[in-house]
Amino acid sequence: MIGVLALQGNFDSHIKILKKINLKHKLVKTSDDLSSVDGLIIPGGESTTITNLLRKNQSLMDGINKLSKKKPILGSCAGLILMSKESNDSRVHNFAFLDVITSRNAYGRQVHSFEAKINVTDGSISSDIDVLFIRAPKIDKINNDVEVLATFQEEVVAVKQGIHIGISCHPELLNETLIHEICFKGKYEISR
Amino acid sequence: MSKESFKVKVGLAEMLKGGVIMDVTNLEQAKIAEDAGAVSVMALERIPSDIRKDGGVARMSNPHMIKEIQDNVSIPVMAKCRIGHFAEAQILEALEVDFIDESEVLTTADEHAHVDKHPFKVPFVCGARDLGEALRRINEGAALIRTKGEAGSGNIVEAVRHMKMITSQIIDLQDADLSKKAEEFRVPLDLVEEVAKNQKLTVPNFAAGGIATPADASLMMQLGAETVFVGSGIFKSQDPSERAHAIVKAVTHFKSAKDVLTASYDLKDAMKGILMSDIPEDEKFSNRGD
Repeated sequence: MIGVLALQGNFDSHIKILKKINLKHKLVKTSDDLSSVDGLIIPGGESTTITNLLRKNQSLMDGINKLSKKKPILGSCAGLILMSKESNDSRVHNFAFLDVITSRNAYGRQVHSFEAKINVTDGSISSDIDVLFIRAPKIDKINNDVEVLATFQEEVVAVKQGIHIGISCHPELLNETLIHEICFKGKYEISR
Repeated sequence: MSKESFKVKVGLAEMLKGGVIMDVTNLEQAKIAEDAGAVSVMALERIPSDIRKDGGVARMSNPHMIKEIQDNVSIPVMAKCRIGHFAEAQILEALEVDFIDESEVLTTADEHAHVDKHPFKVPFVCGARDLGEALRRINEGAALIRTKGEAGSGNIVEAVRHMKMITSQIIDLQDADLSKKAEEFRVPLDLVEEVAKNQKLTVPNFAAGGIATPADASLMMQLGAETVFVGSGIFKSQDPSERAHAIVKAVTHFKSAKDVLTASYDLKDAMKGILMSDIPEDEKFSNRGD
């Protein structure tokens, strides 16, 4: 059972992907919802809005921190910003599950959003997947122990640290399942 | 415009789900909205209730005012153009607003045609009272549909009517002659077929027009809205910041009456509402555009 943080954002499209790879899901809005989950997705959305709602719920913040010690967490776009150690906006919470520095809206406003193919490399897997970059952040700096999981035009767009994954774009909006499979099913179970 | 670029437009609408989009008329309000957790702000010179009161022709807002807000908040900024006024839309695109609302709140520019939204890179949101209207707008290229409701009224009755109408008309498609429906709605058959099959619009479906309280927001979310627009409701109340926070909380936790109750505590008076019977038919915003 994978929890999907549903304070605000595109939790729907992540649920669609979990269904596609036969994983059960649960919406997470309170700390109680975190019991019995085997992993968590922090979706895209507005990181200021999600931060605001998180800060009103300390037990949920504590619950997510506790979960991160044992269970995988996947963050996309705003989720990546929240998971990073540092971002360029002091109004946004940083859980620091990933030792990276990110910057918000790094490609510009919506007219600069775009579709692309990114290259995902993890162990024996090397695969191009379709994604959308929607007012996307950038990963400016990667520190020790962080692996590069995907690149686009030589820039890092997805990272992995231990069991956690952060990605700056949206494979889930184009029905791509690979990143979710790597995070929640383990790369050895993937048949590609 | 290719299918792929349309997905990029709908992608932003997906990001706005489960949130509150707030009307703001200046930078100070925009900052209050952002701090309260708005997912986006709609920059406009006059909020709908003042447009209604002032009368006259309501046009696209001054670009300078929109720009000032864009430069100072980090959340997406939307702005309105008149129905059919593609030149206003072009200006808003050149300004790089994140979403254009082709809005019945402004004075109609073309009584026969809406903007052809396909050639634009900026996504459009349009209002609808029923399924036919929603599908015509999607067919023209809208990436997001909202109920029209009755903007500036502080009265939720029309938004409820429009949301329930769209929902029930989608259910009715299950045993309808879809070619007849496509003809009735004046849209291509494959669009009607897709909605009939998925039992859902092909783009996100938000609520707007008359939302004034956390309870109104919860009501619209429970009726199937995926996000709410709050126009006059926040900055016409006596406690804009508190009310903005409260409505954001009510949208996230709309299924928990206890949370909506907590959000409703300690709020001062909401905006004064208007009865539909007190608005002459030809002054109703929702009658503009079809």
